[in-house]
Order: sequence, then C-alpha cells, then structure tokens
Amino acid sequence: MAEIAAKVLIVGGGPGGYVSAIRAGHLGLDVVLMEQGGLDGGLGGTCLNVGCIPSKALIHAADAYERAAEQAKSAPFGLKVEHPTIDFARTIEWKNGIVGRLTSGVGALLKRHRVKILQGRAVMVDGKTCRVETDTGPQVVSAEHVVLATGSVPVALPALPFGGRIISSTEALSLPAIPERLAVVGAGYIGLELGTAFAKLGAKVTVIEAESRVLPTYDEELVRPVVRRLRALGVEVLTRARAVGLSKAGDALQVEQEGAPARSIPADKILVAAGRRARTAGFGLERLDLTMNGPFVQIDERCATSMRNVWAVGDLTGEPMLAHRAMAQGVVVAELIAGHRRVFDGTVIPAVCFTDPEIVTVGLSPDEARRAGHEVHTALFPFQANGRALTLGAEDGFVRVTARADNHLLLGIAAVGAGVSELAAAFGLALEMGSRLEDIGGTIHAHPTLGEAFHEASLRALGEALHI
Amino acid sequence: MGTRIIKLPDVGEGVAEAEIVEWHVEVGQSVLEDQLLAAVMTDKATVEIPSPVAGTVVALGAEVGNVLAVGAELVRLEVSGEGNEEVAAAPREAAAAQAPAAKPAAPQPAAAPASVPQSAAASSGPPPPVTRAPIGPPRPPGEKPIASPAVRRRAREAGVDLRQVRGTGPAGRVGHDDLDAFLRGAPKAGISAARAANTEVETVKIIGLRRRIAQKMAESKRRVAHFSYVEEVDVTALEALRATLNAENRSDRPRLTLMPFLMKALVKAVADFPEMNALYDDEAETLERHGGVHIGIATQTPSGLMVPVVRHCETLSLWDCAAEVQRLAEAAREGRATRAELAGSTITITSLGALGGIVTTPVINRPEVAIIGPNKQVVRPVWQGEQFVPRTMMNLSSSFDHRVIDGYVAARFVQRIKGLLEAPATIFIEA
Repeated sequence: MAEIAAKVLIVGGGPGGYVSAIRAGHLGLDVVLMEQGGLDGGLGGTCLNVGCIPSKALIHAADAYERAAEQAKSAPFGLKVEHPTIDFARTIEWKNGIVGRLTSGVGALLKRHRVKILQGRAVMVDGKTCRVETDTGPQVVSAEHVVLATGSVPVALPALPFGGRIISSTEALSLPAIPERLAVVGAGYIGLELGTAFAKLGAKVTVIEAESRVLPTYDEELVRPVVRRLRALGVEVLTRARAVGLSKAGDALQVEQEGAPARSIPADKILVAAGRRARTAGFGLERLDLTMNGPFVQIDERCATSMRNVWAVGDLTGEPMLAHRAMAQGVVVAELIAGHRRVFDGTVIPAVCFTDPEIVTVGLSPDEARRAGHEVHTALFPFQANGRALTLGAEDGFVRVTARADNHLLLGIAAVGAGVSELAAAFGLALEMGSRLEDIGGTIHAHPTLGEAFHEASLRALGEALHI
Repeated sequence: MGTRIIKLPDVGEGVAEAEIVEWHVEVGQSVLEDQLLAAVMTDKATVEIPSPVAGTVVALGAEVGNVLAVGAELVRLEVSGEGNEEVAAAPREAAAAQAPAAKPAAPQPAAAPASVPQSAAASSGPPPPVTRAPIGPPRPPGEKPIASPAVRRRAREAGVDLRQVRGTGPAGRVGHDDLDAFLRGAPKAGISAARAANTEVETVKIIGLRRRIAQKMAESKRRVAHFSYVEEVDVTALEALRATLNAENRSDRPRLTLMPFLMKALVKAVADFPEMNALYDDEAETLERHGGVHIGIATQTPSGLMVPVVRHCETLSLWDCAAEVQRLAEAAREGRATRAELAGSTITITSLGALGGIVTTPVINRPEVAIIGPNKQVVRPVWQGEQFVPRTMMNLSSSFDHRVIDGYVAARFVQRIKGLLEAPATIFIEA
C-alpha cells in the first residue's frame, strides 16, 4: 500500500477545503486534498455542485422565463412576446455546463498550486493519518496538519425520508422535468429560493413552515416584499404548519396547521428544505474524539480543534453555513500552518437570500443592535425613490442602515430588492472598515444606480436625505 | 427636543475666567441632572460644575487647558422639551423638495419638504438632524476595537492586542498611524531593540494647577532678587522636648512634628523683625507689614504644589498649630481646600521632612519676602571645646527678597530663630 507524506492534508474539496489548499499552495506548503466525489460532491463541494451556483442558474432561468411570460400578458414597455416556452432539459444542461466550467476551474487552480488531489472516500485513522479508498486501491496519507472541511448535508425529516417523491435541494436542482405540483417543507432561504424558481417555471407551489412567517431568521420588515411577491406568484404559504407524512397513496403531503383542519396537499415532488447539518459521520471523525460544540466540531478563533494540528473550517464548524465564511476560514488556516499569526476576525459575514426580491444582510438588525445595548439611529431608503430601480421595473424594497447614535458607527446594513445581492460588497466593506454614517454620506455614489439608496439611507439617518 | 446651553457659572468672588482642567463628559453622552460636567480652576481652587438639567451632550465649549470667561458657553445639551436657544435654522432645508428634474419624483407621502419641523415627520422619519460629526470618544473598556482588516492583520503580525491601542480616528477607529504610535511606544522584547536609540518625544500639555505653579514660580524668580542663607541649628533639646510631649500620648492632642515648633518660633522671631512678615507690592513700591502671622505651608498634593495657610498663628497654641497644619494638608491633598484656605499667607515654610537634604534654595512665595526651609536632621559629632559629642543637627535654608531685606537683617533673623529652636523653652516664654 502506497503511503504519501505531506505537510497538509485537507479532507473535503468544497469552498473551505479547496481555498485552503490554494492558499497553502501559494505559501509553498506540500498539500494533499481528498475529495470523495459522488452525487452531491466533487471539487467545489456543495456550493459549486449542488448549492449556490446551480441554484442561482436555475433561479436566473426561471426569472427570465417568468419575465417573458409577464411580457406576453401585458407589455409594460412595449416588448411583445408570444407564447414563451422553456425547454427545461436544456435549462438543466446549461446549468450543468456552468457547474462543469467552475469545478474544472477549481481542479486547474489546485493543480497550478501543486496540490495533490486524491479522489476517494477518506477515513481518518488518527490525527495525522488518513486512509483513502481510491479507484486504484487504498492509500494512506500522513500529514503534519489535517484540515477538516467535510461540509454539511441536507437534514432529513423522520416523517419524510428522502426517496421517491421526497427530495432534497440536491435532487431539486437536477429534476428531469418541472413538477406540476411542488410542496416545499421549510420556508428558510433554500426552500424559498427553489420554491420561487419552480413557481416561476409554472409549478403550483405550496410552502409549509413551522414558524409564524417565512424566513423566520430575518426581520419582518425585510421579508415583507418577499411575501408580497410570493403571493403575486401564486405560491401558497402555510405557516405554523407541520408536514406529518405522505398520504396513503403516497401522492400527497399530510399537513397539520395550527387552528385549521388537517390538509392533504397533492404533490408530485416534495422538497424537504429543513436546513443542513454538519457532515460529521462517515470519515472516522469519532476516532479523533474532538471536542464538539453541539452537532458541530468546536474550533477557536484560529479554527483549531481540540487536537493539536487538526483544524476545521466551514459548515462542519457551525453557523452561518456559508461558502464565503468557509473560504475565509480556509485562508486563515493555511496561513497559520505556514507560520503566520492569524485569526478569523471578520467583523461581519454578509448573508444573501436569492429570493424575489433578493435580501442582503450585513451586521446587526436594528433590534439586534438595541439588544446588544446600543442606542441606534436607523433609517431606510425605499427603491420607489431610486431612479435606477424604476428603470428596472423593480421598485419594491429598500436599503436600511443601523448606526450607533453616539458616534454614528454603522452596525448593520440590510437591503431587500431586485439585484441587491451585489450591494453585499459595499455593505461588507463599509462595516469591515469601521465606517460611520458620515463616511457613506461623504462617498459619491454613481447615478443612476441602486447603490444610491445606500447613500441616501445613510444621509437620512443623519437627517440629511436629499431625495425623500 | 431643544438645545440647552450651559454657561460657565460665576465660580467665586471676583473671578472673571476659569481654566477647564477636566471634562467629565464627552460628546454624545447623556447626562443626568446634577451629574458633573467639568472641573474648572480658578486661582488654586478647583470647582466642579454640575449639569442643571438632564440631556445629551452635543458640544463642549473648550478643550482641557483652555480658559473660558464666566458666562461663556461651557456645554451644549440636547434636552427634551424646550431648550433655551433656538436651534440654528437647518441650512439644508428645501433641498429635498426640489429634486433635480432628471431624477424620479419621490413617492407622494415622502415628498414632504425637509423644512417641516420634526414633529410632523412620520414615525419612520429620520432622527433629528445631526449636522456635525461627533468627536470620537475613547473606547469604553470591553468594546471591540474598530479597525480595518489591514490594520488588524498588521497588529496581529506584530503581536499587538488592538484593545490596547488608542484609536484616534472617527468613532475611535484605530488606523495605521495609531498602530505605528503604539509600536513606537511599546516596550520591545527584541534583542537589538533594547539598545536602539529612542527618538521618541512626548509632548505633555501643561494645564491646570501645573500651569499656575509654572507661572507663579517663573514670576517669582523673574521679579524677586533671591538670596539664600543657610545656618545649622542644634535641635537636640528641641527633639527631647518634642519626644517628651509626644510621650504623653494624649488622645486630645495631635502628635507633634517639628513644624508647630518652627511656626511658634517664627511668630516670636517676626515680632522682632516685622519686615519679614510682610508683602512687597513692587508695582506700588510699598511694603505691607502684617500684624497677624499667616504662615503658608508648602504642601505636595497629587496634582502639584499647594500652599494652604494657617491663619493668625500668633493666636494658636503649639497643638492648635499642629492640628491646623494636619487638617489643611489633608484638605489640600484631597482637593477640598477652599479658596480662602489657599490664600493670604504672609510668610511661608517649606519642609521636605525626611527628604529635606542638607541645603535647599527655596523660591519665595511672592509677594512675601521670606521663606524658611528646614532640612533633614542628622546626629553628628560636634566639638564642644574638649570633646566631640553627638548632637542632633539640622540646617535651616531660607530665602529672602534682597530688594527689601538686607543680608545683615536676614542673618540676624535666622540667628534669632536658631536661638529660639536651640533653647526651646524661650519659644514659650512671654516677653
């Protein structure tokens, strides 16, 4: 049996793992990266293969189709479209093409940085050794440092085990056809993003949420435009509702709702989007006996686990389960291994919902800021008063800023509206640099752009708004 | 909401201005009624100024070290209800009303001109206009420092905990310059660093009491023609008397130091030399000889030198003197001494006690003309005609204003004090 010795062994080729590998390669470290591949994986991990990227492709295609269909009904600016149709198999092919380009790009980047990639199932033998079952037989890798980046998997509900009609987000991104009736269990961002996309593609979508409203982790003000849009798209939302199982015939979802009789919702596909859990099983993690933090591997601010020279990044280490968090952690770990002094010390981790309209939040909401003991100034600027939003036909939504009352330091920035995900960069930079309202107010924002709403919201918090 | 201007109140008889020596509040801070706003200093007394109302500080009238006239704006507060001043008309009014034609019109309900008073604004309306950026307050303990990622990384690499670094940027942001300053100031653990030339220069603003001391000392040295005269005094008998009196250990009497004996000796001596207990007005060229002996006692306090005054020592017993010196010294050290207690001396004693050294050249507390400084006591072999005997000896270093005191007079005055101290019974014998 061949034995490979390396400085760094990275378990998992998702955003946390591959970025860590590239950075370690920059720093001249000898790296082996293991990726088990399979249906829900491959280089790029969940994000590139069955998460962020394919879902955005599908959302874009669905949106384009829905817009075309909208033009066919009424032509607000005179564009005439007749009977638009969508070839869904072609849509999936297009999406797969994007995924293929990106994953092979990751492979090329890793190769360029002399990262040795082992395809196969990895099992940790101890904190320095890993056994991999590859196509060409088992291999043992021993390394000074181990970076665990095994990611997360969709949570299954006991009453609705995956299989048949019951699918996770992974399958939902590669359906052979648009389901006629789609039930979505869970109105978090994954359920709403995919539910909205399929609704735009023509599916009859019903969303079942246990909490009292959709996107329960976001504040109500931000979610309101999304709720309006869901209603306009004909998506039925059942709140305070629980999916208890399939009907006898297996073609409908049984739902109990507070204060309402039990219902049976006929569905061709049932998407269970009840969250994701850390992937802690199946690779010998138990043998390392790491200190856990609930269902997650516990790490300190350097991403170090309880075992010396064993590091962990990404979804395995807890919320927020976001690719950009994993990537930033991966860089920190690579640099630490190379001997630099680093900590994972980002002030904020932006979060985006690609719902319709999109939601972006960075930092604290006004309520969170108050709960943290701050006296706050908060102000929002509606896109109804933003020229660019009107020319895009997307005037629902706003940008909202939250700042300390005493020194005007920005604590949180949020927006809801078409295309606002791109404002995440400006929002994140503002908070990371320690900006005050005056800094944003004093920055010339290009006209006409959606970003002007950020400028105006900051001015408004100062009592100096110009266009409202 | 209104703006309330707090003016510098009249802090003492005949005081026209006062120096800000400390701010107890900062911009953005909310204050309660009677909460202390600032400490101001007049002559030698420090006065705390409380807030007459509750509100939020929006501006401070001066920096520490600045002198404000009585009646000048000290603090500007934002208060609920009516203020005592019209808020300056918002300069930006109407800006929102006429948006450039090219821009889309704001939606109807929001198009109200900004010049409408705040009360008319909807509940989601903007907070009251804050026109000026508040000055960044120092970070309260426990608060996360604000710094850009690049600064954070540099700090991390240099092994600097950013919580220890003072941010001088807006909102207390820590910049590269702050980090540079911290790194220059931080003790370096390196090898060569220990021998590196230290080019650091720290500028300390001389404010408050220190500034007053500086002015007074310079003025005294500039105007007074100082000369010093040192004589040694055999205090063996005095020390024996002091030990005997202290051995009585009476709870109703303070322990005696040398000071009250010296004070009583001075009272006796100036009776023969009235020109010593006098104030010289060099502008008017008059010498004010005082009947009452008001002895200034130079006292070290945490904020610097102060001279509380024991008034009418000619009326006080030895123990009264001791008690009064103790009381005044404590008051001065704790900052409780009143203006009256810090003024009006006619002659001054400056004693460094055990640190007294062998000789000092005291600076005269102008407009007085004499200052007496006992040095430390030492047991020395003294030749007494046939043999050396151990005697407790003490020097007396005194300075006089040569403009009005001749050397001959000063010498005789000191010899008189010496005589009194060496035969302590004579201090207490009525003439």
